[in-house]
Amino acid sequence: MTYESIIGLEIHVQLKTKSKMFCGSKNDPDEREPNINICEVCSGQPGVLPVINREAVHKALLVGLALDCQIAEYSKFDRKNYFYPDLPKGYQISQYDQPICGKGWVEIDSPPRAGARRGGEKTRRTIRINRAHLEEDAGKLIHEGNTTLVDLNRAGVPLLEIVTEPDFRDPAEAKTFLHNLRNTVRYLGVSDADMEKGHLRCDANISLRNPGETELPGYKVEIKNLNSFKAVEAGLNYEIARQTELLAVGEKLINETRGWDDVQSMTVAQRSKEEAHDYRYFPEPDLPIMHFVREEIEKLRAELPELPAQKLERFQTEYGLPEKDAEVLVNERSLAEYFEEVMSELEEWLSSSPSPGVGRVGERSDESIHKLAKQAVNWITGDFQALLKVAGTDARDAKITPENLAELIKMIHKGEVSGAAGKKILTIMFERGGDPSNIARDEGLGQVSDEEAIVVAVDKVIAENPKVVADFLSGKKPALGFLVGKVMAEMKGQANPQMVNSVLSKKLG
Amino acid sequence: MDYAFATITELRQALDTKQISAVELAKFFLARIRRFNAELNAFITICENEALAEAAEADKRIASGKVEPLTGIPYASKDLFVTRAVKTTAASKILENYIPPFDATVIARLRQAGSILLGKTNLDQFAHGSSTETSFYGPTHNPWDLERIPGGSSGGSTAAVAAGLVPFATATETGGSIRQPASLCGISGWKPTYGRVSRFGVIAMSSSMDSMGTVARSVEDLAITAEAISGFDPKDGTSGSVKIAEWSKNLPRDLRGLRMGVPQEYFVPGIEDDVKDRVNEAIDKIRKLGAEIIDVSLPLTAYGSMVYAIVTSSEVSSNLARYDGIRYGLSSAAAKDVFEIYSLSRAEGFGPEAKRRVMTGTYALSVGYRGAYYLNAQKVRRLIVNEFAEVFKKCDMLLCPSTPNFAPKIGGAADNPLFGYISDQLNIPASLAGLPGLCVPCGFGKPAEQRDNGDMPVGLQIIGPQWGEQQVFQVGYAYQQVTEWHQAKPKGF
Repeated sequence: MTYESIIGLEIHVQLKTKSKMFCGSKNDPDEREPNINICEVCSGQPGVLPVINREAVHKALLVGLALDCQIAEYSKFDRKNYFYPDLPKGYQISQYDQPICGKGWVEIDSPPRAGARRGGEKTRRTIRINRAHLEEDAGKLIHEGNTTLVDLNRAGVPLLEIVTEPDFRDPAEAKTFLHNLRNTVRYLGVSDADMEKGHLRCDANISLRNPGETELPGYKVEIKNLNSFKAVEAGLNYEIARQTELLAVGEKLINETRGWDDVQSMTVAQRSKEEAHDYRYFPEPDLPIMHFVREEIEKLRAELPELPAQKLERFQTEYGLPEKDAEVLVNERSLAEYFEEVMSELEEWLSSSPSPGVGRVGERSDESIHKLAKQAVNWITGDFQALLKVAGTDARDAKITPENLAELIKMIHKGEVSGAAGKKILTIMFERGGDPSNIARDEGLGQVSDEEAIVVAVDKVIAENPKVVADFLSGKKPALGFLVGKVMAEMKGQANPQMVNSVLSKKLG
Repeated sequence: MDYAFATITELRQALDTKQISAVELAKFFLARIRRFNAELNAFITICENEALAEAAEADKRIASGKVEPLTGIPYASKDLFVTRAVKTTAASKILENYIPPFDATVIARLRQAGSILLGKTNLDQFAHGSSTETSFYGPTHNPWDLERIPGGSSGGSTAAVAAGLVPFATATETGGSIRQPASLCGISGWKPTYGRVSRFGVIAMSSSMDSMGTVARSVEDLAITAEAISGFDPKDGTSGSVKIAEWSKNLPRDLRGLRMGVPQEYFVPGIEDDVKDRVNEAIDKIRKLGAEIIDVSLPLTAYGSMVYAIVTSSEVSSNLARYDGIRYGLSSAAAKDVFEIYSLSRAEGFGPEAKRRVMTGTYALSVGYRGAYYLNAQKVRRLIVNEFAEVFKKCDMLLCPSTPNFAPKIGGAADNPLFGYISDQLNIPASLAGLPGLCVPCGFGKPAEQRDNGDMPVGLQIIGPQWGEQQVFQVGYAYQQVTEWHQAKPKGF
């Protein structure tokens, strides 16, 4: 029996701010030395008070707007009371019934379902956001043998908890959503959103129901410790299998929390809801209520940058890129921006200079742009990205400027260098920067497209190889290849092969 | 000059005219503290070395002419204010050895002003109480009768000022903890508007009500100290940015044209006859100064204590959670696991009153009870706020008793867990509404049941509207210009 899965996500996004959520201590998730970024406030000394971090509120609003959430007119903080050694005050300052961001929604392109009849086709689905609220992170516990050490560097770092409605029907959808969300918060510049580093943490709720049912199931299982995109999908798939098996033999499932074990690839029971905490939420009396002015919010909305989903669509329509290519670019904001800078150089060139083989002077046809865009994306997502990966750097920090890369693409386009030479030039530019035409000249990688020089060489080769010429003229077509090779050798490999071909054909034609 | 009972203004003059140096003045009061603390138990910590070093600095300032009103003036702080490098206990066992790495904003401002901290005064443990008997360090005694309590929770501060051990002291109030002990010790006390004085660095009792003020010998002294500690603090999100006027310069005022309301509900059943009489005499005095006196009604007064009990215990249960034996303070040596670190440290470190409030508050905030208790209490609190707003449309300020009773004998309050709620019932409503209040001595009397006793002090309470510090100081000052109750000294000091 196949059940329908009902999946919802709770995502914690660590906001990238100068200081922590409620004090002036530095917010630095990469700090290795324990208890360096702490002060009397985030270490919970007697008498201290929290103060709201304006930057964190601003960044939370940006995410809320990007997720089309209703922004509260006023919002407050609440205390969530529980004891744990990584929680210095014995309560976490969070938001209970007046979150900063209310209901919202996003669209995702759901990947084809496993076993779906119409294979390969994506469906567009709406995922409703229940809320997004601000809170503070806890510290970290480090277990060493019989002792446990407390590191409070992370205590008080701002978190935005985003809760979706149970609108996912498939683990792959959840993964897609999470992936899009990661891109979105990166585009907004509010978080590095690296799951492996814990900037982005995800818990998933999942339950199963019979196909055709519309009510939510009477239970849900929460999976914690999903520390990668892979884990989210694998954990959910594991739960579907586990719950299906239990339901098949008539077992009644209960609310419980299970942890994902990456090593064993399975979920393990942690606690059932019966043992659940009573967090005794109440309004945080140390903080004032936040009021949001409608006009300010609308101003913020208008200032939102282009988001990844919008960019993905635009790259396909404006540049005619295949979805896969567009996706690779959009997945990394710096790569997408790099691409756009290369394209703007190329478009300018297209509309201002003669461009053989691309269009007439001054013509800026969609077709020609698409053609150049495809070349640009091939270079960027191919050799360039491979070099970036090896070097472990980002497109923004590369020594090749977008202008240089555009120049290289133009040179190839104009036949000034061959594709093979282009790869060599790119590698050199990546290592030490510089102008591609200079590199081509210095390294002898230029390609001769001077028709006169080619005609001289062709004439010489025809004169020196009368037998081969005769063979060709008598119908032995492959003989042409030999002649081309000879011309290329004559020109030390730097001739434009297409031109050699056409000159030869013309002479012998 | 009798420095022991001199006002800040008098001491200022003595310092500025070099009659005495700041170091000599500090030594003088330190000697008095050493001499009388054994019988009063007003101080938990005396910081002699730090005080003398600061006094030497103050002398340099005085010599260079860079003097502020409090430069070189000694004071004591309720041991609820954290003081850098000076032990801060909140009169608890759990913080018996806690040495803070930072100053409360009030302490920092007084340090900046050049005031000299001589020591930390006793209080009810974590300010939970109205008698100073719940202190882990034993009860403080009332200078007017050593067998009696000084009131609380700021009893150490009020006893110290009343006995002439310091010219002024910091104090805190959540629901009467300044006005009630000031009244029972016969001194002047100021409970500020909520948000007027930074709460940063003051060990929290009930965050939505905690107000930091001062106790002193006169309203003029209160105004001087109030100016030094008030004002917006970026470290306290609930502190107000309302500008501070020069309160101490604007004290003289013709009371004609002012309308003073006397809330009938504040003369509660059970009020001591002598308290009622003294307060009515004081009201009469203010009438004679030209103010119009009208009767007003605050029918929700009776609900104040109930609302207070729920709201404060709820906030207390959360505010005390940080004392968990993990990072500082008492950590039980017997603990075998993390759960025992919590349970044993807290069991050993908290006194019975703290435990009672933590349990009450935990219950009030629990799922299923939150709506019935905490949320309803907050609704009634809002009604009380509205009721005050309405009454201030009819009058400028309110006049009433500070507390309905005299200081009971030590032990009498400890045996009655409801003592505080009865004793503070006339302070609590204004605390719930965050209003400023003043207590000024208005005479002496005897409890009805113990006519053979010596006379004990009575206090008049003046309640103003939000941010109305200037006008309550003016009325208190006018009253003290025509009375001498605030100059009375207890025998033996």
